Amino acid sequence: MTLVPTATRSSTAEPVVTVEPNYLTSEHTIASWLLTRDHKRIALLFFVSITFFFFVGGLAATLMRLNLATPEGLLQPSVYNRMFTMHGVIMVWFFLIPSIPTTFGNFFVPLMIGARDLAFPRVNLASWYVFNLSGLVVLYSLVMGGADTGWTFYTPLSTVYANGYVFAAAMAVFINGFSSIMTSLNFIVTIHRMRAPGMTWMRLPLFIWGIYAVSVVMLTATPVLAMDTFLLAVERFIGTGLFDNRLGGDPLLWQHMFWFYSHPAVYIMILPAMGVVSEIIPCFARRPVFGYAGMVIALMAIAILSFLVWAHHMFVAGISIYAGVVFSLMTFFVAVPSAIKVFNWTVSLHKGQIIFDAPMIYSLGFVLLFTLGGVTGLMVATLPVDVDVHGTYFVVAHFHYIMVGATVSAFFGALHYWWPKMTGRLYPEMWARVAAVLTYIGFNLTFFPQFILGYLGMPRRSYTYLPEWQSWNLLSSAGASILAAAYALPMLYLGWSLIWGRRAGANPWGATGLEWCTASPPITHNFERTPVVRLGPYSYDPKQDSFITQEGSAHGR
Amino acid sequence: MYNWIPFWPDTAAVNAVAVNNLVIAELAFSAVIMATVVAMMLRFCIRYRRGSAASRDNLVAETWRFEIGWTTATLGAFLVLFVWGAAQYIWLYQSPPGDEELYVTGKQWMWKVEHPGGQREIDAIHVPVNKTVRVVLASEDVIHSFFIPEFRIKHDVVPGTLETIWFKANKTGTFKLECSQFCGLQHATMRGDVIVMTGPAYANWLTDQGVETSLAQQGEQIFRAHGCSGCHDRNSVVHAPSISGLYGTQVHLQDGSVRFADEAYIRDCILKPRSFSVAGYPPVMPNYSGQMSESDLLKIVAYIKSLGNQEATDP
Repeated sequence: MTLVPTATRSSTAEPVVTVEPNYLTSEHTIASWLLTRDHKRIALLFFVSITFFFFVGGLAATLMRLNLATPEGLLQPSVYNRMFTMHGVIMVWFFLIPSIPTTFGNFFVPLMIGARDLAFPRVNLASWYVFNLSGLVVLYSLVMGGADTGWTFYTPLSTVYANGYVFAAAMAVFINGFSSIMTSLNFIVTIHRMRAPGMTWMRLPLFIWGIYAVSVVMLTATPVLAMDTFLLAVERFIGTGLFDNRLGGDPLLWQHMFWFYSHPAVYIMILPAMGVVSEIIPCFARRPVFGYAGMVIALMAIAILSFLVWAHHMFVAGISIYAGVVFSLMTFFVAVPSAIKVFNWTVSLHKGQIIFDAPMIYSLGFVLLFTLGGVTGLMVATLPVDVDVHGTYFVVAHFHYIMVGATVSAFFGALHYWWPKMTGRLYPEMWARVAAVLTYIGFNLTFFPQFILGYLGMPRRSYTYLPEWQSWNLLSSAGASILAAAYALPMLYLGWSLIWGRRAGANPWGATGLEWCTASPPITHNFERTPVVRLGPYSYDPKQDSFITQEGSAHGR
Repeated sequence: MYNWIPFWPDTAAVNAVAVNNLVIAELAFSAVIMATVVAMMLRFCIRYRRGSAASRDNLVAETWRFEIGWTTATLGAFLVLFVWGAAQYIWLYQSPPGDEELYVTGKQWMWKVEHPGGQREIDAIHVPVNKTVRVVLASEDVIHSFFIPEFRIKHDVVPGTLETIWFKANKTGTFKLECSQFCGLQHATMRGDVIVMTGPAYANWLTDQGVETSLAQQGEQIFRAHGCSGCHDRNSVVHAPSISGLYGTQVHLQDGSVRFADEAYIRDCILKPRSFSVAGYPPVMPNYSGQMSESDLLKIVAYIKSLGNQEATDP
């Protein structure tokens, strides 16, 4: 693309002169946003929705940590129970699962494979509406008083005994699943059918592989959740008895079906984050990612193995001892590709020209938090240790390291990395570095004490606790306040940069992907003409400090 | 043990010792992995920061030798942990015959405990030290989870079945009893004490409760009150399977399957008799589902088990 000038990091170059206006300025009416079929605009719509839910879920978490600062607490038990339930439901289904796929996936899958849009633009828009519909239902459930079962809705508590708005919450999850299915179907078809000439499978950026892997998992697992929540809602409504032992049902059936979705869901949250980090680390280490093929194999191996481990959530639930042994073994297997990825990311720093900008700090934080979440994952894969810490704060800490520490770090990393492309503006680097470091400190202060609390035996979902555990809880609550500040800070300076930020060139980071070969922000049709791909991703040369984009144009930095 | 900030729970049972060793080994393993990653990351980040003088020659972007070596090493280490964990788990969660037995019922939001001698407690368990204690768990409503952190044992108490778990305390003292499965409004307060006593102190405690009728005797009364004895008594004319010596045997069912007659089996037979027709007997037993509380069921189970013991000791 001769039209694209070489941008340097410090350049304040105006965006590329284009024939078309960019996607933000092409139309201005509200209808042009609400009825848009442009994947970039839909990505921003999703961004608004999930950011809203992130702060609603975060507010619930804030109340919980406030309550737990002292054993006496602040909230009524019933309020606390509703808070952790709504925190779980909203954070899992309304932030973490859609987070990276619906925003950065939506925005960058077509841009990174050289397509004009996703395969089904109308389905994409419908997905946003369905998502918001489910969001309204969950907000209804919250405003009316909330559900009080925990996000896992264990029967028979959820079907017979709970007083809250469980029916509405379950229906919200049910509806939400359709949004997941539509979005993932769109990605799969797009990645299969709409790659630019020369974009072979083994030239795909790892972010695309991450989105592909997650789409496969979403598309196959979500229908099971839909069945499960639907049956739950029906059972609660008219008492069909499927999960009720007194009517010949089995409470454990719920758990099997629920975890058959919800364990893969953990990988739904982490796979796109792995993809993001695999983009950022080579770009800021200025060298090719170590072991591209190994990374691809690891992503797909995780996606497949994620379906064979669900019963490790049920080691204490009364499944047979030998079933426990099999699921423990499968859980150790799924840890192998994760370990490979950690190793490859770390070695991807070797002999680089490493730049510590905010996306890189978030990504390095991701690797460390993911590793700590991973090794504690090994502990809970080990049968007797899992049985001991099951249902305690140890498990809470473990999955927050993966789902929040790792995934949310990657989300913020992606937000900073692609912010110039999405908005055409550079964010203030110093503030962003502060936010990235604060996230890491705040996160560890919040969640590391919970490992200790868990091994001491503090049960999760408790509004009160023994006085001897107060020190660690207080530390955790204090850390949460730092974490809250670290999460709120980017909203301020990113908002500021929308108006006062310096204009970004087409390729402010000197990155190799196709998304950097078009203007920032991109034009409505993404590319002036369909790019032709000549190279795999990550052609960085740390020795010369140069890079070659996937289109084959060479640049110095 | 700790009077400032607690850091590590007490280890008060043989079960806990086994789990503790595993945890310490895994913490050490985790520390090695974390240290390796952190050391590599720090070294690379400092040495290869942008513009540093370090050589960037011979960059390696892909080497299968390295990756396969790393994969094999992790897989090997993981398999060691798996085998160790699985072996311990099979030992820890297959109930051996107990020196003592306890019947525990979880209900929103308390633990009801019954001793075979008929002594009852709520949110407290008195047990002797250095004895294998077998606990039979039942739930009256939702799923609870029976958890003693200092013993490192836990089992969900699922309504509709009976679960068993065992422990062997190795020091006296008072330890925590908790519910670790969210079970409704007051889940956080569903906790109690496990009081481990020396053998003589425990024997004194049992007699001090002043209970006349044992659990099995109470069970026998219920057994007669519900008319069970009409068919299952030794002298009954109805052709029904004998319950004497039933506990702990293999039972051949009408459908050809074989079930081990443990507590859960006996409970299932009372509540769902048609699903468990014994081979050679007509399926005529009425269904007692909904007619007995979990506590009554446990007493009948205790009664039937006591018959088994008599058979064994009195051939």
